[in-house]
Amino acid sequence: MKTAQRFYLREVLSGLGLTAAHFFRNMGRHIAHSLGKKDAQGAVTIQYPDERRPYSPRLRSLHRLVRREDGSPRCVACMMCETVCPAHCIYIVAEEHPNPEIEKMPRRFDIDLGKCVFCGYCVEACPEDAIRMDTGILEFSAYNRRSMIYTKEMLLALEPAERDGRPRSPVPMPADRKP
Amino acid sequence: MSLAADLGIAFGRVAFIMLFVLNLGGLMTWVERKQSAIMQDRIGANRASIYGFRVMGLLHPLADAIKMLTKEDFRPARADRFLFALAPFVSVFFALAAFASIPFGDTLVIRGREIPLQAVTLNVGILYVLAMLSLGVYGVMMAGWSSGNNFALLGSQRAAALMISAEIAIGASIMGVIMVYGSLNMMDIVRGQGALLGGWLPKWGIVTQPLACLLFLTAGIAATKRIPFDTPEGESEIIGYFVEYSGMKFGMFAMTDFLETVVISGMVTTLFLGGWQVPYLTAAGFQFPWGATWSLQHGIVVLLQVGAFVLKGLVMIFFLMLIRWTLPRFRYDQAMRLGWLALFPLSILNIVVTGAVLLLWGPQS
Repeated sequence: MKTAQRFYLREVLSGLGLTAAHFFRNMGRHIAHSLGKKDAQGAVTIQYPDERRPYSPRLRSLHRLVRREDGSPRCVACMMCETVCPAHCIYIVAEEHPNPEIEKMPRRFDIDLGKCVFCGYCVEACPEDAIRMDTGILEFSAYNRRSMIYTKEMLLALEPAERDGRPRSPVPMPADRKP
Repeated sequence: MSLAADLGIAFGRVAFIMLFVLNLGGLMTWVERKQSAIMQDRIGANRASIYGFRVMGLLHPLADAIKMLTKEDFRPARADRFLFALAPFVSVFFALAAFASIPFGDTLVIRGREIPLQAVTLNVGILYVLAMLSLGVYGVMMAGWSSGNNFALLGSQRAAALMISAEIAIGASIMGVIMVYGSLNMMDIVRGQGALLGGWLPKWGIVTQPLACLLFLTAGIAATKRIPFDTPEGESEIIGYFVEYSGMKFGMFAMTDFLETVVISGMVTTLFLGGWQVPYLTAAGFQFPWGATWSLQHGIVVLLQVGAFVLKGLVMIFFLMLIRWTLPRFRYDQAMRLGWLALFPLSILNIVVTGAVLLLWGPQS
């Protein structure tokens, strides 16, 4: 340590100068902002629930089941996603599709989001492009583990996110939870 | 009539100090959040609202108070019941009482009645403030010892050690100021700072006693137990003397630190920044060194003086906050070494040098 540093004082003053400079610069920008100069930003904060940062289109968010034109799931219950899922969080029960040209459809399609690791393998594995992770929804939460299981109906109702990543659908509400 | 007026005046003097210090202490939580936020390119707490009005987060102190008051007030089974409950009150009381002898204005004359603008007129005002500051550590020690928790005991022991090393430096550095202005009465010290050196430089304490100012500021920050001298709290290692406290009792300890910050900034203002003195303002109005005068009424002069005191106090608080949010914490042994091997000898040196200068060039008495 240099002798000058051992006396603290000079280093303390330079540190105080730095923080004071930040304070007054940001304070000036805040005042300019409130006086109508909207491009003056005194802080880098994004006020999260009110405003969101733009998400990348590659972001893996809450899953959704893609619909056919008649509203039924595009999924053919091939079990590829259930097989590839490293967290074993997908549970599918298959049934016959009324249309003979389509082999099967899921009767149940549950995703346990409490187990899901958001690896995206289910999306990669799907041969029908029936499951996607592009809803932009990140804020799902529940009071118990049961409510973290999202059913086929909830996943079918979801829409893809806007181009800047803002979710278009509201966060699905589990059936056993009163809003 | 006269008795009622006397009572009213006494009440008013105390009320001003009480409201000033208490409100400032509450606002300090807001200042701390917002100032640190702006220093760190953030926005700071701004979510508390009443009917959607957020007023820059000013409602957060209120929300804090409500939260603290409604929280569970937990007392450990092994704690000493009486002392555990008493400790936060002792802490806050002495921090509040310390401000009493700090003058916030010159004598106000209303209809021939002279009112010194000071909660208590004391001839030994400085000693009183020192005594109150040192008594404050009793609350901390009580808290640590009565909690029945080893970490709390460690924290209070650190607080006691830190307080002793800080108090010595505070007392010794003030000696120089007392020698220059020749009084223990804080009002007289402030009056003495109204004189002009060489006809233009106000004879403030920071001019006549720069070293003492630096030492007092450092030791004063140590006395507030805040970063960079927060070894008693030591959040990352021992949580500190209030580890067992919850609810409003904890809030009172947090409040004590803020109140002590206000007291220290009031002391620095009074002793080193000229107290309520406005440069070149005399009782009759401004008298500038280049000969110009601007006579003002008595009321306006007193108002300017009180305003000057408040402004200087606020600037000082800003500065203390700046230090708190800039510097890292001293380790326990570093704080001790700073107190005993730097502050104490330097303040003794300051006394010797001041004495020699006063003897050689000072006023002959």
